[in-house]
Amino acid sequence: MSTPFPSAPMASPVVTAHPAAAPRSAPAPVAAKPAAKATPKRPPLMAQPRVQRVVYPVLVGLVLIALWQGLVTAMELPPYLVPSPILMMKTLFTDWAALGGSLWVTVKITVLAFVVATVAGVLISFLFVQSKRIETALFPYAVLLQVTPIVAVAPLIIIWVKDPTASMVICAALVALFPIISNTTLGLRSVEPDLQSYFQLNRATRLQTLLRLRIPSALPYFFGGLRISSGLALIGAVVAEFVAGTGGQGAGLAYQILQAGFQLNIPRMFAALLLISLTGVALFVLMAWLTRVALGGWHASETSHD
Amino acid sequence: MSIPAASPPLAPAPRPTPAVEVLSAEKTYPNGTQALLPVDLTIEEGEFVTLLGPSGCGKSTLLKMVAGLLEPTDGRLHLWRKPVAQLDESGKKMAFVFQSPTLMPWASVQTNVRLPLDLAGVPRAEADARVTEALALVGLSKFANALPRALSGGMQMRVSIARGLVTQPDMLLMDEPFGALDEITRHKLDADLLDLWRKKKLTVIFVTHSIHEAVFLSSRVVMMAARPGRVVEEFCIDAPYPRTADFMVSPEFSRYAKLLQDSLLRASVDTEETVA
Repeated sequence: MSTPFPSAPMASPVVTAHPAAAPRSAPAPVAAKPAAKATPKRPPLMAQPRVQRVVYPVLVGLVLIALWQGLVTAMELPPYLVPSPILMMKTLFTDWAALGGSLWVTVKITVLAFVVATVAGVLISFLFVQSKRIETALFPYAVLLQVTPIVAVAPLIIIWVKDPTASMVICAALVALFPIISNTTLGLRSVEPDLQSYFQLNRATRLQTLLRLRIPSALPYFFGGLRISSGLALIGAVVAEFVAGTGGQGAGLAYQILQAGFQLNIPRMFAALLLISLTGVALFVLMAWLTRVALGGWHASETSHD
Repeated sequence: MSIPAASPPLAPAPRPTPAVEVLSAEKTYPNGTQALLPVDLTIEEGEFVTLLGPSGCGKSTLLKMVAGLLEPTDGRLHLWRKPVAQLDESGKKMAFVFQSPTLMPWASVQTNVRLPLDLAGVPRAEADARVTEALALVGLSKFANALPRALSGGMQMRVSIARGLVTQPDMLLMDEPFGALDEITRHKLDADLLDLWRKKKLTVIFVTHSIHEAVFLSSRVVMMAARPGRVVEEFCIDAPYPRTADFMVSPEFSRYAKLLQDSLLRASVDTEETVA
């Protein structure tokens, strides 16, 4: 406390040692004080992390788009190789009838697959934590499921399952399943040992321990799994659509990309790509929001930002 | 073993039932490590007993065996003359306070304190009344709805103690409860604990590695040593209660501290010889 800092010749030792003792006479040396005082008050808009988190990525995006537009115009690139962003947006509007329907199909498959994967993943995790023996016996198969490329399995599933939507949902759910299983299982096991002992001391039943201790402890891990799986569900849905290649009614965005490729309609391809990316971003934002709502008050991953 | 059974129930001067009897309980881990050599220890109702010793002396092990969290490898432990697992039959209750606050980070202070009542199925209205009372005892009434992370380390420990008290226990087992706190907070909590102990007529077993804390709090200190963990000596601290800050600077206090210090040194010399 009372040791002055010899490495800081600028600051007078008295002020450094007792910053609170000399508030009136304290001149320039105490640089940290006004800054620390200002933080609780509202800083200028651009200094708020909340605003920065939106503004910075948007700025980068705008610069990239401008660059893209500029390059396409300057190098006179033909639209069948690289369409300009403006043309892409135009196509998005003119072809909305086809693209919008496809978007709906892809979103539907993704969301259904995500829900199926979540429910199945959670159930499997509960099964795993019942006994180490069950987990040891079954976990390798969960890994097998994860490492087998879905592109290789999808044709089989599409042959076996008559309904095209159902078959694609199964494919996408298989891709999205593993992170939910592994994260939730880890979470259900990651209970603070002393807290576990406390429940044991109070003669808590298995059900009480599950509901009041294991499930809340697992939530941060579970939501981490959800965030990964939401993205994987979309990838799975697109891959399944590619493999299935169904046309006509009920064709998803992947089909639009395939068709546009055949017809060399590159602007439409880009528009469909944009929609897929936006869907992924929307899913991620939704999951981040859900996580914050569920853990906002207490978990370190959500409380350390502000 | 046969002697206590043979003693007639109508003895001339009926001694009160001891709260804890440790009957040659010992703990050896499967790998052969002797965590605790056989211990014999009797703790009467209303005593404040401190288990004092360096790390690895088995003080936490002994406490966890009393709580029933660990099984002794050999020997027995009785609480109010019942085996630890059948404590409920004696109509007595015990509460355990861990080294860390061990609160549920997702639940409010009030929900955390209510936990043992909820687990026992106490009706909500009665439970809430008792939670309010327990929080008042530790001076945290204003923080009933706060989340644990909003509280300081000392306040979290108070919540943990309130959770211990809310079941109205007869005995409080505390495993280095204030070890992670700064010294000022620790003195305050020590003093508050003594108040509670006297007010509620509790039996307390308190684990610590601080000589000063042991002298300040205890009516009896059980000195333990490490490698292998064992009980070496017992000291009665005969200073009267209530003990205040004045006690801590009294010659009497220093005398006791010196006594324990010497005992601790002797015990660690033994250890070094064993190791060498």
